[in-house]
Amino acid sequence: MTTQINVTETLDVSGVLCPLPVYKAALALKRMEPGQVLELVCTDPGSLEDIPAMARQRGDTLLKTDNRGGTQVFWIEKGTDL
Amino acid sequence: MIAQPVEKIETVPEPPPRRRRLALVASKGTLDQAYPPLILATTAASLGWEVGIYFTFYGLDILHRERLQKLKMASLANPSGPIQVPNLLGALPGATSAATKVMKKWMRDSKMPDIPEFIEMAQGLDVTFFACATTMGVMGIEEGDLISGCDIAGAAAFLDYAANADVQLFV
Repeated sequence: MTTQINVTETLDVSGVLCPLPVYKAALALKRMEPGQVLELVCTDPGSLEDIPAMARQRGDTLLKTDNRGGTQVFWIEKGTDL
Repeated sequence: MIAQPVEKIETVPEPPPRRRRLALVASKGTLDQAYPPLILATTAASLGWEVGIYFTFYGLDILHRERLQKLKMASLANPSGPIQVPNLLGALPGATSAATKVMKKWMRDSKMPDIPEFIEMAQGLDVTFFACATTMGVMGIEEGDLISGCDIAGAAAFLDYAANADVQLFV
C-alpha cells in the first residue's frame, strides 16, 4: 500500500553545491507551516547525507527519498521550529 | 495480596529545548581560508543552530569593508593551490593575482556565492560576528572600517560564548 504525500512546495536546487542545498531548503522550510511537505530536488552528491542530517537537526521528518542516479528527490515534512 | 502503595515520583518539568550553538574562530584572511568558516556558519544557522564567529588576526579582513572585497590567495607555499608552480615562480610578481583569479573562476563556475554574498547570507541568518578588539588595536582598524553589525569583543567574551557551545572549531 502506498500513502499519498501531499506536496506543499517544490524546490529544485540542481547544479549547486554545499552549503546551498541545505541553505535554500531551510529558507523554504522556515516559510512553511508545521506538517507541510517540501519536495526537494538535488544533484549535489553530498545532499544524500546532508539533507537527512538537516531534517534530523531541524526536527523535520524525512518521509521519502528517491535516488534517481545523479538526481535525488527528498520529501520533508516540516516539524515545529525551535 | 495487599497492594503496595505506589511511591510518588517527583517530576521535574522538562526544560524547554535548547538550540544548539556553534562557535567558530576565523584566523586567516586569504580568499581560500575565508570560505570554510562562512560555509560552516551558514550551514549551522540553516539547521537552526545559534552561530558566532570570532574574527581574529588576518581573519578580521573578512569583516573589513574594503579588504573583504579583494581577499587574495597565494600559490606560494601552497602546494594545493589552483596554480601548481614551484615556489620560486610563485614568488614572481603577478603570481598571487593569477592564483586568485583561478580560484574565483572555480567558485563562479561551481555557482558558489562569493565572500560578500556569504557575509550577507550569514547576517540574514543572524550569525553573530565578533571582531577581535586586540587585532583592531594592533592593526589600527577602527570600528568604522568594519561592516556594520559586528560585536567588538576580546578573548574572554568569546570564550564565555564558546563555553556554552556544542561545537567549537578553529579555522
